[in-house]
Amino acid sequence: MNARTPLYALHEAHGGKIVDFAGWDMPIHYGSQVQEHHQVRSDAGMFDVSHMVVVDLEGEQVIAFLRHLLANDVARLKTSGKALYSCMLNEAGGVIDDLIVYYMNDCWFRMVVNAGTREKDLAWINTQAAAFGVSVTERDELAMIAVQGPNARDRALSVMPPTVATASAELKRFFATDCEGWFVARTGYTGEDGFEVVLPAEQAAEFWSALANAGVKPIGLGARDTLRLEAGMNLYGNDMDESTTPLVAGLGWTVVLDDERDFIGKTVLVSQKADGVPSKLVGLKLTGRGVLRSHQKVKLADGGEGETTSGTFSPTLGYAIAMARVPANVGATCEVEIRGKWVAAEVVKYPFVRDGKACN
Amino acid sequence: MSDLPTELRYTQSHEWVRNNEDGTFTVGITDHAQELLGDIVFVETPEEDAEIEAGDGCAVVESVKAASDIYMPISGIVASANGELADTPEAINDDAYQAGWIFTIKSDGVEWDNLLTVEQYEGLLAEDE
Repeated sequence: MNARTPLYALHEAHGGKIVDFAGWDMPIHYGSQVQEHHQVRSDAGMFDVSHMVVVDLEGEQVIAFLRHLLANDVARLKTSGKALYSCMLNEAGGVIDDLIVYYMNDCWFRMVVNAGTREKDLAWINTQAAAFGVSVTERDELAMIAVQGPNARDRALSVMPPTVATASAELKRFFATDCEGWFVARTGYTGEDGFEVVLPAEQAAEFWSALANAGVKPIGLGARDTLRLEAGMNLYGNDMDESTTPLVAGLGWTVVLDDERDFIGKTVLVSQKADGVPSKLVGLKLTGRGVLRSHQKVKLADGGEGETTSGTFSPTLGYAIAMARVPANVGATCEVEIRGKWVAAEVVKYPFVRDGKACN
Repeated sequence: MSDLPTELRYTQSHEWVRNNEDGTFTVGITDHAQELLGDIVFVETPEEDAEIEAGDGCAVVESVKAASDIYMPISGIVASANGELADTPEAINDDAYQAGWIFTIKSDGVEWDNLLTVEQYEGLLAEDE
């Protein structure tokens, strides 16, 4: 029996096609994944992300703990509510998970980790937290709704409780506010502006319905994946996992190596950087015909080989795009094997799409 | 479920076949199949003049979610392919039995009676429910 979020009945009522996702019954789409994708790029959509794991970390040594636990440095966070994206590594420098952590005060950080890695993440965090006397609290009584798109903020503000709306209206990008039991962050996983709203589970259905009445359409996990890939955002389990370091997963920008801070996995990253990173994650744009998918073989002009880690038809761009792990000396073009045929692709920068516009 | 055209024959793998009564047969995928696939974004049609046995893979329909093989419903030679699908693959979603046709075959049609009748295909869909 799969777990269900507080919004499950509403997904069924909206005609959601329900699939298993990491042990949860979740909507993959509500009719048309492509229409949902365009809805978020052009207007506003809402995602039930209540299956994700909200964890509160509290204690006097919480900053020291997170500086040890995470590859990015929470000491960069000086203002209450500021968010930081980071990888959490094992001793070998492999990525246990990627996550967002919000600095609330010197004794409290809120973290959001992936649903698919819930058990191993919590086990790892708890193991590491003991030495710092930090308490680790899963907030399963909270639901989480992401509202994303160029009109998402206006629509969401119009249906929030007034004091929550007032506090949320002032948020800068990548900041969060905690107000009357609602935690509202101006973050997301689509490349569009919007909010991620963490709220008491018993208020989630009412907020979802109010958003629907304000013209925000429900969006399934299918479009969530095509939106994040266009936005050039990594997906844990596809684009990185415990066998890859952040440096080969295009996440070098989230790692702080050049100071005295020690963190789990740092030694491996320092030597990998010194030796030269063997492969890297690049964007691909298919110029021949077909659709890119994960795990397709990639061939470089010099015979070097790689593999796509995520791929899709991009609804915004009208052609297939992918992220691929390839030898670091990759040139401007390559070929991808699609059903036994080699199809031409260009190596491009990602994000592919930002704030509704093509980047390449 | 949408009403199935009664003049067509069907396959276990959800292709439909129309007998054009001139030695050619038109092939597509059923409304049920397109619904399962979701938004179709790419179609690889078979080469004209290719001689293909019944049951062999001969085309590919790709949705945002996944790629799906299309199987030759009856043995024959590919007579034509729907070139419109290169620009408007979503025609299969919008109009599976008309604008969404995929290719035509020249065939003696002796395998026509191996195909499922509309009643048999309805029965297959009912089992899948």
